[in-house]
Amino acid sequence: MALLQISEPGQSPQPHQRRHAVGIDLGTTNSLVATVRSGMAEVLADEQGRDLLPSVVHYVTEGVSCVGYEAAEHNVADPLNTLASVKRLMGRGVADIKTFGSQLPYEFAADDGGMPKIKTTAGLVSPIQVSAEILRKLAGRAEIAFDSELDGAVITVPAYFDEAQRQATKDAATLAGIKVLRLLNEPTAAAIAYGLDESERETKGQERTIAIYDLGGGTFDISILRLSKGVFEVLATGGDSALGGDDFDLAIADWLRQQMGMSEDLNPIEQRILLETAKSAKEELTDSTQVELEVLDWQGTLTRELMHSLIDGLIAKTVRACKKSLRDAGVAQTQIDDVILVGGSTRTPRVGDKVAELFDLEPLCSLDPDQVVAMGAALQAEVLVGNKSGDDMLLLDVIPLSLGIETMGGLIEKIIHRNTTIPVAKAQEFTTFKDGQTAMAIHILQGERELASDCRSLARFELRGIPPMVAGAAKIRVSYQVDADGLLSVTARELTSNVESRIEVKPSYGLGEEEITSMLQDSFSHARDDMQARALREQQVEADRMIEDLLAAIYKDGDALLDSEERQCLKVAIQELRDLRETTSEHRVLARQIESVAKASEEFAARRMDVSIKTALAGQTLDEIEKG
Amino acid sequence: MKLSSDFFEIFAIPVAWQVDSSQLQSRYLKLQQEFHPDRYASHGDTEKRLAVQTASLINQAYDTLKSPLKRAQYLLELKQIDASQDSHITSDGAFLMQQIDLREALSDVRDSADPFAALDSLRSGVESSYAEQQHQFQAQYQLSDFDDAFNTVAKMQFSAKLLDEIEQLEADLEDL
Repeated sequence: MALLQISEPGQSPQPHQRRHAVGIDLGTTNSLVATVRSGMAEVLADEQGRDLLPSVVHYVTEGVSCVGYEAAEHNVADPLNTLASVKRLMGRGVADIKTFGSQLPYEFAADDGGMPKIKTTAGLVSPIQVSAEILRKLAGRAEIAFDSELDGAVITVPAYFDEAQRQATKDAATLAGIKVLRLLNEPTAAAIAYGLDESERETKGQERTIAIYDLGGGTFDISILRLSKGVFEVLATGGDSALGGDDFDLAIADWLRQQMGMSEDLNPIEQRILLETAKSAKEELTDSTQVELEVLDWQGTLTRELMHSLIDGLIAKTVRACKKSLRDAGVAQTQIDDVILVGGSTRTPRVGDKVAELFDLEPLCSLDPDQVVAMGAALQAEVLVGNKSGDDMLLLDVIPLSLGIETMGGLIEKIIHRNTTIPVAKAQEFTTFKDGQTAMAIHILQGERELASDCRSLARFELRGIPPMVAGAAKIRVSYQVDADGLLSVTARELTSNVESRIEVKPSYGLGEEEITSMLQDSFSHARDDMQARALREQQVEADRMIEDLLAAIYKDGDALLDSEERQCLKVAIQELRDLRETTSEHRVLARQIESVAKASEEFAARRMDVSIKTALAGQTLDEIEKG
Repeated sequence: MKLSSDFFEIFAIPVAWQVDSSQLQSRYLKLQQEFHPDRYASHGDTEKRLAVQTASLINQAYDTLKSPLKRAQYLLELKQIDASQDSHITSDGAFLMQQIDLREALSDVRDSADPFAALDSLRSGVESSYAEQQHQFQAQYQLSDFDDAFNTVAKMQFSAKLLDEIEQLEADLEDL
């Protein structure tokens, strides 16, 4: 006899529809998209069977652009409109660009204090828009493969990316119409790909400490992880968000320029030619010991040894960063069980040699270093979208750089220290220093230096609506919350009057919320009706989830935690939401109702969390007692 | 988010100075397995937000209990004594003199013949007095001698800070 399946209300097994999720590695030079098919992560290729998508966008005229290989063909002929390596510009300010801008042959629009915009024949474009084009192309690849819309994506970022760079990446996804399940650190993604693939089978249950050395085109990351029973715990992370294999090319190109007797003032086309030559020379020297070069009317030889002397200084920088992260993790070089190489630039044999030397270990590189990050992201996406129960897989990441605020005298006061496990929340109390003061400014920074001017400015917050009082009487509690993606949100409350202060955020380098909305509306691929329909659908999904969550919660804890009046109130609220969900076509109206149900159920939610935390370990404690 | 549990209750361990760190770690992972926001990825926004707050709280509790200094401060906080301010200074004159000497020794490290050896000997000295202070705290706390315990926490702060600086200097020296 078949067993009857009894499910809790609200958790009834809906006809299970497989959701479509991908992992996207949005790289400096190349990007990839991967998904999980019959339990295995695989990279989705384009129609020509190519796995990689060059992270290049070529702008022609307004509304006309191309992405990938097609765009890269214009590298040499039309360098000003062919945008590559924009990942380096994500979340950066114009001042930052000046420090390495000479390496990028683009024309930047005049400084308006915020994010840099690049002049193209199609108008001004921001790095976020360029990244969105690349993401859209990859999502399109996936949608063709699934023959269906995408339900969500895990997008990887260098572990060392600061908040502004993460936010910029998420904004790019929003602009591309992709639902971000999670921003995942690239090294952690690589560890997942290896972790589930090899180590678990071989040394199941054992705790291992691994180092992930990730040298991409434009970024370098080192992460130290502890892996135990499916938990990936990042102990420390470090690196340099502006150092990568591109810098090897630049060093070689600069050597070429000197050999050719050219001045430093190259035109963009010459610059491109030198870079392309340098790049292919570097790749050839992977297998041969020397390479003959012919550039313009110059001929010469580059030996492997000479190339080493050009790039060793750059590799040494990565080695120093590794040592620093080991120290932060409190782990000795000898305690590392495995080293994983990630990123195309680890194909340069000199890099692998130096890493092997540092850790005295033969690095693992059985998975394609270009693909491993996207594969790990796909595995995580599969879990988060709900296709696969996570079993025991859990990722505990850290914040890579300290967060702080500017204090008197331009100093920084750290609020959350680097390598703190996220999510994390901290609160601080401030007071007014003038009678009747109703506003207050807070400048949020990220970095390790002591002077605010040496750290990265993330945002300026203005608190308004503080009730006027005598100086020192107001108590303003400012709460900082960093979520699992490493993104920050700030709230403020005046404690004596319990007034929620209004916060106006001015991101230093990113986009404001309004800017994103207007860009979305301008975007030619999102017609207005389409936008409305999409927004409504999102709110409907949210309403369904909320109803489902609440019904399940009432079923489980309603008797214990709600009195009959409260219970009745919630039921009414749920019914109203249910009705509205069926009748309204206005996404804003639905969103408001969701918000009000959220408020009505807040107290219940907090009580449930309180109880579940108290009972979470109760079984554990008993077990231990029984075991004696 | 306000929870009625204190940090010890979250980990189902008694409120005491002594903490079994491997037990603390395994329970921490168990809690995160349950409450981490990734576990709530398919839930509604309210539940997700709550998960972020809960996981943050668990992280804070773990961070507090695993560090001797933070744990000591927290134990006093539970007794309504605020020992978390950087500014509270011990009135023990001999201790302060000793701190001045240690700081001088630290600033001389760079000029010594073997800076790493100098740093190591400095570190082992500070580490042993830090351990001694923790011992004192434990005894004072057990006897409910909170005034003295408060004073000891001030000393522990000095030691912890000095150890941080020693670490930082070592990093700087290795970078050269």
